[in-house]
Amino acid sequence: MRYYLDFEKKLEPLERRMLEIERFYGVNDPRYAKEIAALSKRISKLEKEIYGDLTNWHRLQVSRHLDRPHTLDYIGNIFTGFTEFHGDRKFKDDPALVAGFASYEDISFAVVGQQKGKNVREMAYRNFGMAHPDGYRKAVRVMDMANRWGKPIITFIDTPGAFPGVGAEERGQAEAIASSILFMFSLSVPVITVVIGEGGSGGALAIGVGNKILMLENATYSVISPEGCAAILWRDGSKGSLAADALKPTSHDLHKLKVIDEVIKEPFGGAHRDWQQTFSNIREPLSRHLKELMGFSQDELKQQRYDKFRNMGIFQDKN
Amino acid sequence: MSLFRKKEKEIKPHKEIDIQKEIKNAGKEESLWIKCSSCQELLYRKEVERNQHVCLKCLYHFPITVENRITLTFDEGTFSELFNNIEPVDFLKFKDTKSYKTRLEETQESLKKKDAMICGRGKINRIEVVAAIFDFSFMGGSLGSVVGEKITRTLEEGASTKTPVILFCSSGGARMQEGIISLMQMSKVSGAIYRLKSLGIPYLTVLTDPTLGGVTASMAMLGDIIIAEPKAMIGFAGPRVIKETIKEELPPGFQRAEYLLDHGMIDMISPRKELKQCLHRILSLIT
Repeated sequence: MRYYLDFEKKLEPLERRMLEIERFYGVNDPRYAKEIAALSKRISKLEKEIYGDLTNWHRLQVSRHLDRPHTLDYIGNIFTGFTEFHGDRKFKDDPALVAGFASYEDISFAVVGQQKGKNVREMAYRNFGMAHPDGYRKAVRVMDMANRWGKPIITFIDTPGAFPGVGAEERGQAEAIASSILFMFSLSVPVITVVIGEGGSGGALAIGVGNKILMLENATYSVISPEGCAAILWRDGSKGSLAADALKPTSHDLHKLKVIDEVIKEPFGGAHRDWQQTFSNIREPLSRHLKELMGFSQDELKQQRYDKFRNMGIFQDKN
Repeated sequence: MSLFRKKEKEIKPHKEIDIQKEIKNAGKEESLWIKCSSCQELLYRKEVERNQHVCLKCLYHFPITVENRITLTFDEGTFSELFNNIEPVDFLKFKDTKSYKTRLEETQESLKKKDAMICGRGKINRIEVVAAIFDFSFMGGSLGSVVGEKITRTLEEGASTKTPVILFCSSGGARMQEGIISLMQMSKVSGAIYRLKSLGIPYLTVLTDPTLGGVTASMAMLGDIIIAEPKAMIGFAGPRVIKETIKEELPPGFQRAEYLLDHGMIDMISPRKELKQCLHRILSLIT
């Protein structure tokens, strides 16, 4: 069963009928040729209407779409031989953040990313992709191995934010995030970050200090969730769409602000409409950037990463 | 006769004080009274000020101005300000109930300050340091481009002159009005901290009430040595957010300096009166 967002709802009956015909009679059944043609025409017209000009608020919904591929889907479909490593060796294993090694085009590397869930059970198990300090400490542990063994690192960002809870605070959520950010500046291997869904604040940035930052077209990356921002500045959590416009959290906004290096195109309507197309859109930029970075020396990589973040900030210097 | 008149005049202002109104206004700039945000006690403002802005009942440390902080910390006349010509820009054209531009102009006008950060070089009992001090009165000490740039330059100054760096934190977190760029300041400053640390130069942080959000989750918790003021609220997420998320009462003393000390997150708590001595003692041991 597909999941439809409110503004996508009009598509539901048409696509359901289409699926019915495909499933019971096959797409080549001549008795239904006419209906199929009419349906696909109406669907593509509706798609254009719905997805033609997404507002920031709608993009945010798309970036959180339940049917959107998540970190393990990208890893499983793009890379080979993924082997997950568990635990931070200090307290526990945090399923909200996965880490391990995998390979792609004969290059093996470390991969780290927050993992949301697909269904209620997995969502609860993954804590909706909201990591505890233990998750970030695991990320550091795996990145440290990659660094010592000279392997590149790929990180996938998809989280509403780091988990706000009593245990998380007690075990040093802030310290874990800060240390992870600091640690990433010490890496002398190529680091590529891909924002695939929701980039929620410090919990996202903790694994986001890359030499290159790529972002899927409908992904968002923000200092605070628009709902949270609205609750503080408008004193009304339901003003999220206004905050989404003000915060400018979309991939195109971030590209303009030079926070990210490249926007990766999504299939029309969003990654959830066509997973395979999404995966194939990521493959090319990923290997291009990886190859480019592998030509850098260790010092150059560190320097490039430092300079990239050193230059972020917009102000007037009157000196 | 004249003596009698004089007395009458002295008594008069006391008669005019409207206690109810004073209680309502307690804490506001013009009020004679101030309410302790920790023990809720109503205190006479002058007395609190004489006590270095520390509650007389529960020893809660009120936020103080940057000027006060400088006087309390540095040897008289040794503090010289650095990088004071960097000004904020409303590059997102951010507008909530007010535009960021207006908010900036109004705050700059009323405080006579450009942003929430003062940096400089000074001496603590004759030991030279560079320091960056958050100004909580300027938009809650929020971390934006100017704050991030000034701290980064302070850290670079420390690195190039081999001088220890001290960061005094009091901030509600990242400045939402600067969107993603404010988030990126966390990484920018952390990068500079990494470089400073690699050179073997000490980086100390002093966490005062409140230190929250993105500031805690980067520069504040990265101190080689972390000192907090008594009862300071220090955390990643605010207590209200946590309460709403877990739907449970929070443990007593949660996110206060004493709680963090118990959980191994900070090195020590130093009362304001002893902070200068404390910093000096540490600096003389590590430099």
